[in-house]
Amino acid sequence: MRMPIPDANIIAQRSEIIERLQQIVPRGEFGDSVIIDSAGLRAYECDGLSAYRQLPLIVVLPETTAQISRILTFCNEIGVKIVARGAGTSLSGGALPLADAVMLGLGKFNKILNIDYANRAVITQPGVTNLSISEAVSDADFYYAPDPSSQIVCSIGGNVAENSGGVHCLKYGLTTNNLLGLEMVLMNGDIIKLGGKYLGSEGYDLLGIISGSEGLLGVITEVTLRILKKPETARAMLIGFNNAALAGDCVATIIGSGIIPGGMEMMDKLAIEATEEFVHAGYPSNVETLLIVELDGPVVEVSDLIARVQNIANGLGSNYIRVSKNEAEREIFWAGRKAAFPAIGRITPDYYCVDGTIPRARLPEVLIKINEMSQKYKLRVANVFHAGDGNLHPLIMYDANELGELERAEEFGREILLLCVDVGGVLTGEHGVGVEKRDLMEKVFTEEDLKQQQRLKCAFDPNGLLNPGKVFPTLHRCAELGRVHVHHGETSFSDIPRF
Amino acid sequence: MKTDFTEVQRSNPLMQMMEENLRKCVHCGFCLPSCPTYSVLGDERESPRGRIYLIKDMLESRDAPNTETVSHVDSCLSCLACVSACPSGVDYQHYIDYARSYIEDHHQRPWFERFLRSLIVYIITHARFFRFVLRMARFAKPLSRFFSSKIFSVINMVPAELKVEKITNTAKIFPAKGLKIKRVSLLMGCAQNVLRPSINEATIRLLTRMNMEVVVTEGVGCCGALNHHIGKDSIARDLAKTNIDAWLTEFDQRGIDNIIVNAAGCGTEIKDYAYMFKDDLEYNEKAKKISNLTKDISELLSEHQLPSVSLSNQPNIIYHDACSLMYGQGITREPREHLKAVGFELTEIPGRHFCCGSAGSYNLLQPAMAETLKDRRLTLIDKVSKSNRASILATGNIGCLMQLASGTGLQVVHTVELLDWATGGLKPPN
Ligand SMILES: Cc1cc2nc3c(=O)[nH]c(=O)nc-3n(C[C@H](O)[C@H](O)[C@H](O)COP(=O)(O)OP(=O)(O)OC[C@H]3O[C@@H](n4cnc5c(N)ncnc54)[C@H](O)[C@@H]3O)c2cc1C
Ligand code: SF4
Ligand code: SF4
Repeated sequence: MRMPIPDANIIAQRSEIIERLQQIVPRGEFGDSVIIDSAGLRAYECDGLSAYRQLPLIVVLPETTAQISRILTFCNEIGVKIVARGAGTSLSGGALPLADAVMLGLGKFNKILNIDYANRAVITQPGVTNLSISEAVSDADFYYAPDPSSQIVCSIGGNVAENSGGVHCLKYGLTTNNLLGLEMVLMNGDIIKLGGKYLGSEGYDLLGIISGSEGLLGVITEVTLRILKKPETARAMLIGFNNAALAGDCVATIIGSGIIPGGMEMMDKLAIEATEEFVHAGYPSNVETLLIVELDGPVVEVSDLIARVQNIANGLGSNYIRVSKNEAEREIFWAGRKAAFPAIGRITPDYYCVDGTIPRARLPEVLIKINEMSQKYKLRVANVFHAGDGNLHPLIMYDANELGELERAEEFGREILLLCVDVGGVLTGEHGVGVEKRDLMEKVFTEEDLKQQQRLKCAFDPNGLLNPGKVFPTLHRCAELGRVHVHHGETSFSDIPRF
Repeated sequence: MKTDFTEVQRSNPLMQMMEENLRKCVHCGFCLPSCPTYSVLGDERESPRGRIYLIKDMLESRDAPNTETVSHVDSCLSCLACVSACPSGVDYQHYIDYARSYIEDHHQRPWFERFLRSLIVYIITHARFFRFVLRMARFAKPLSRFFSSKIFSVINMVPAELKVEKITNTAKIFPAKGLKIKRVSLLMGCAQNVLRPSINEATIRLLTRMNMEVVVTEGVGCCGALNHHIGKDSIARDLAKTNIDAWLTEFDQRGIDNIIVNAAGCGTEIKDYAYMFKDDLEYNEKAKKISNLTKDISELLSEHQLPSVSLSNQPNIIYHDACSLMYGQGITREPREHLKAVGFELTEIPGRHFCCGSAGSYNLLQPAMAETLKDRRLTLIDKVSKSNRASILATGNIGCLMQLASGTGLQVVHTVELLDWATGGLKPPN
């Protein structure tokens, strides 16, 4: 992966930077919060996309917003780049370190600050895990709806930065739809607050801009989230089919008939087998494709919807239907799906998780093409799919120790993403662009689109110090972007690194 | 995950195991939230995924381990919470075990630390010496606040009113009360028999009442876990071999149906003998046999009817899962069922389960982290005990028992002591 050339000047100042950071974040009872030894830095060299690795210049683990503000002020003054990191589960390399950047770990921001049932809001530090929010309000029968499969570990700050989705986003929306407010530190050290516990709409919707900003606009230090009352009842169904096209039809028919399930997921045979071994959910072994469909709401409504979905599935020739009988069973149905990616680790040393979105109706043909590609690249692929919203996650299996396999897997992934775009979809459903899809951005956006987005970045971070090398294929200096209009075909700035 | 081992390294079966596990780890981080040290520190280096990575770097670089890596391996409790959490099936238990012994072989600790590590384990695993030290420690206790060094954390562990008891039983065979249905060998444990002999006494009373003959097998001693967990593999293996031989002799000459362990930490270790010797031509079959015979006391009780209940007005209790029982042996349901069956009202500790910080000799070697974890656990326990007016805390491992007892007003006992008490035995001592 090509990254911006590290700034030798900054690397030369490493000891002074360390000294300053140690003043800002002093040593704690259990050791240093400024990590400088190579073994310690090694632990931070990659996120969930472990194919791409880079030792950071320094890692710092601040504990307060004031410390972050001082760190950023200092780094801004002398031009040191910053890469924020939550739990390091990004699958697009969003938290990949840079050789000349300070990595800002938010692991110590792990406290929930305020639970306000009357306003259905939770205020939390960004390092708190997604699942902990639901756990904290569960006794009062509330929950936080967006539930990425990584919810057990990923941080709320990372969720906002990636605008993460999950199996229940079909009905309840992505992170952005459940976000009420933020506190963040800008690169110049300013601490700003956006939104709050109440819906407000004065001025620009800056919250919307920060969701999905992948650490490029500021460091999130506090998050206010909307929590919801748990539905009166929720039941999940396992529906098996002998071919993926029928399962695709089933999904389309369910949505087409006006039913909006709480979640609707699809797994293929390989994914079913691998997850079954970990959770023992009782997934059927004689089906090619399995749908998990959850229906939630008042008891009568749910029973009626289950009957309707059952009818649809039977009509399409489903060969397996099972409805969860109780909460424990419903949870175990989901547990398998949620552990699907890492469970693939049982059948392959490495996998590359692709994340693209397609119009649902095109699913059967896309799956056929992916299978053809699998033969062409001689790499196995397991498919896991947020079927309800068209978000596809082919898991390409490879062996990083075999020469050339990673490159083949990357090429395979790239071809899948281009296919998604070709059939009218987009590059990412929820895992973000990061470094992984950066170079494909030009396939979906025009140069002017991309520049306009970067002008927005300039408004927050004029020196381009926050997470550079991610999301945008070309680095522009803000001064150039300020020029009135840049026509296509105009020669690029030759002194600006393109990578 | 990509690995970079040499062919020479790969020719070592233990290195192969390490590489296999590394290759299985997909760096998803699902293990992070289960890890006690990560939950306190929020630092990747103090997480299972981070440790796996640090160890990978240590092995691949083939340099002597650096002190930073060593400190993050040392701070792992081996609580094994991360193993159950891993969807990809990484065998962190044996991975970290090997890393510890690799460090022991390739890293020179400062002499004082070396001395301390050996001394602490020596003391705990040698009953007579341990008793002597505890007696001394009772006198030293009032002075302990003047010492900051780790060695004196052993003094702090001593309960205020420790009665330095002798093992009253010198007998080696305890006949079944009625018609014998089974003959089992009970592991007396090294530390347990010094710190709380009432656990073994209660076990013997209960099992003999259930018509089992209980024997204490000649020659069986420390299980080796404490040495194993600080990387002293060869000592641990020697201890294991001694035990295996002694039990096999018992098995061959007089016959035993099971080896029964009531200290969960030891149980996990003995059940792991099979793995420990899997590449040892002489001992692999023997070790497998011993591991297969071994059961935690709660597993044995589940196979039989408990004696009828003679106690009334059982107090409310709280049950704390010992990591070595919960994660090490996958036993959570059995002890709860037994306690309920003999009439105790049981309340669960809310929230995620975390280690109490005891973890073998961990609380002596890493007192600050152990203390933090203990406080966290006890804060939750105390909250529950107030709301349900529980006066007793039960657990299945001597380490947890001592650790928790040192910070709470609740009476802390072993599960089997309660089962014995409720079914005609003795009330557990304070
Ligand atoms: C097994 C597995 C399953 C997954 N399933 C899903 C899924 O179902 N849906 C989904 O959407 N994603 C999924 N993901 C991807 C990932 O978990 C999400 O993108 C998650 O939101 C990342 O959170 P994190 O805390 O790990 O962030 P990191 O990986 O640490 O960082 C991600 C990005 O956010 C930025 N960032 C992190 N914290 C902050 C902050 N406080 N301020 C500013 N920027 C910040 C980083 O700079 C980086 O660009 C999955 C990942 C794995 C490994
Ligand atoms: S859960 Fe398993 S695969 Fe995932 S990071 Fe931890 S050890 Fe590795
Ligand atoms: S064994 Fe326990 S302390 Fe060690 S890494 Fe695993 S969860 Fe953390």
